[in-house]
Amino acid sequence: MAEFWTRFKRDRLAVAGIFVIVLFTLAALLAPMLSPFDPSEQFLDGLTPEGSPLPPSERFWFGTDTNGRDQFSRLLYGARTSMMIGVVANGIAVVLGAVLGIVAGYLKGLTGAAIMRFTDLMMAFPSLLLAIALAAVLKPGLNIVILVIALVNWVQIARVIYAETIAISEREFIEAARAMGAGTGRILWRHVFPHLIPTIIVYGTLGIATTVLLESMLSFLGRGVQPPTPAWGMMIFESQSYFLNAPWLVFIPGAAILVLALAFNLVGDGLRDALDPTQRGRG
Amino acid sequence: MLRYTFKRLAASLFIMFGVTVVTFALTYLIPADPVAMIAGRNSTPELRENIRKQLGLDQPLPVQYATYVSKLAQGDMGRSYARKSEVAPLIASRLPPTLLLMFAAIIAELLIGIPAGLYAASRRGRLGDKLAMALSFASVSTPQFVLGLTLLYVFAYLLGWFPLGGYGKFSHVILPALTLGLAGGGWYSRMMRSSMIEVLRNDYIRTARAKGMPEWRVLLKHGLRNAILPVVAMIGLDIGIFMSGVVVVESVFGWPGIGQLMWQAIQSLDIPIILGVTTVAAIFIILGNLIADLLAPLIDPRIKLR
Repeated sequence: MAEFWTRFKRDRLAVAGIFVIVLFTLAALLAPMLSPFDPSEQFLDGLTPEGSPLPPSERFWFGTDTNGRDQFSRLLYGARTSMMIGVVANGIAVVLGAVLGIVAGYLKGLTGAAIMRFTDLMMAFPSLLLAIALAAVLKPGLNIVILVIALVNWVQIARVIYAETIAISEREFIEAARAMGAGTGRILWRHVFPHLIPTIIVYGTLGIATTVLLESMLSFLGRGVQPPTPAWGMMIFESQSYFLNAPWLVFIPGAAILVLALAFNLVGDGLRDALDPTQRGRG
Repeated sequence: MLRYTFKRLAASLFIMFGVTVVTFALTYLIPADPVAMIAGRNSTPELRENIRKQLGLDQPLPVQYATYVSKLAQGDMGRSYARKSEVAPLIASRLPPTLLLMFAAIIAELLIGIPAGLYAASRRGRLGDKLAMALSFASVSTPQFVLGLTLLYVFAYLLGWFPLGGYGKFSHVILPALTLGLAGGGWYSRMMRSSMIEVLRNDYIRTARAKGMPEWRVLLKHGLRNAILPVVAMIGLDIGIFMSGVVVVESVFGWPGIGQLMWQAIQSLDIPIILGVTTVAAIFIILGNLIADLLAPLIDPRIKLR
């Protein structure tokens, strides 16, 4: 563990990523305390006399949006949406993918083949389009967005875990456990699973970046969480028509999405290097 | 090779079958009752029963599925709710702009990714390498709609170098192709870098260096040629990533392809179009993967066939 931390610390970008994630998590958790206004309150003086959004000022730090709402408060509450969906939807995807990957990799045979052919099938759908089709057919909302993203994102991790489980289950200590009479469940849980933990951590972290991006695209297309819940993608969608006059309405939430996704990607990459020194420098 | 081709073809057909099952199942998840939508609110039970029969909804599920697939095979994807026209010709008429955009994006991502990866590999472990890899992470972490809007703002609105969206001239394709291709460029630079580092470990590279060949010639002549093969073999897989990207990119740039069609369908919840585009996208991905699988051993004979 100490050795792991020494290696991880050397990757300064990954450490910066951790810092950003902590910052965004705090912003999301403390949004009700930190935000100067209610994110849904429409201010009468929040628009110019012509009805345009206000540029950043002392009162409205990041300006106001096209409805005269405080952009800074909306950004903080939007962090809640992104973080929540990123962690929960990806968490479900990781559990689902890991379980199916382990089962398919260890049992092989008909069950394994069926699971893997199903992942082939899922890979044939572009993730965003499948998510849109699902979200269009079902009713949009927070739970549906989480469900849809989890249903789309488990495939990648299932395939990785599957390949690793096959490699592990061919090793001698698994044969030894089997020879000593351990059951399938015990072998998977006590002998196979511990070896998969680094991979699960790495792909779990990288998956949050993918999830944050997918959620922002869904909400940009109007198929994500529904108003009045603020979400960064939706904030950009709503201000698109004012974009040339009020570019900060796109740049600020856009930068938030970019920085958060980048942070999870950098940390995931740093973890991969730190947890598996043989992969060092292969990128 | 023949056996391998046959196996790949069979796998593709099998996945195609699965795709039709999934899209068929999705039409069943739609909460709105199609009969009620067509018949209207004040319809008699007899009228509704007639429509149900006309639509074939009184048939058992396997029969309905068979009808769905045979219609799909003949290019019939049903009618759009909002546009009062058939879905299939609508998608067909929107395909050429999208294919053009994808082609331009592939060129863009290769022009970005391969030199960047080559450069990073040649400066391995030094500042240039770290910078290039950090940039590649930034490029894959950028949401495409933000990138597209930013490029529009800076290069079309502020600098006026390119038109503010549209279609027809060469200048129209640059910004959307860059938006679509930048993330791919980031991935290619990482793949190119690791492929190059792998190649540079070989004995023939050491020989080339030992005989006094200049480093840039070692890299380009012996390195690039071998390292680029596994990277180029991946192009077929880009189609899947692009199929998601075009929805956002085309809507930002007003590019009249299937992405924009999809975007409009999403706004009006035109489910036949949404499912139609999803099906067409899946067909393209299956073809792209098939091409990638079949090309890989031709491009790079070192790949083992499975």
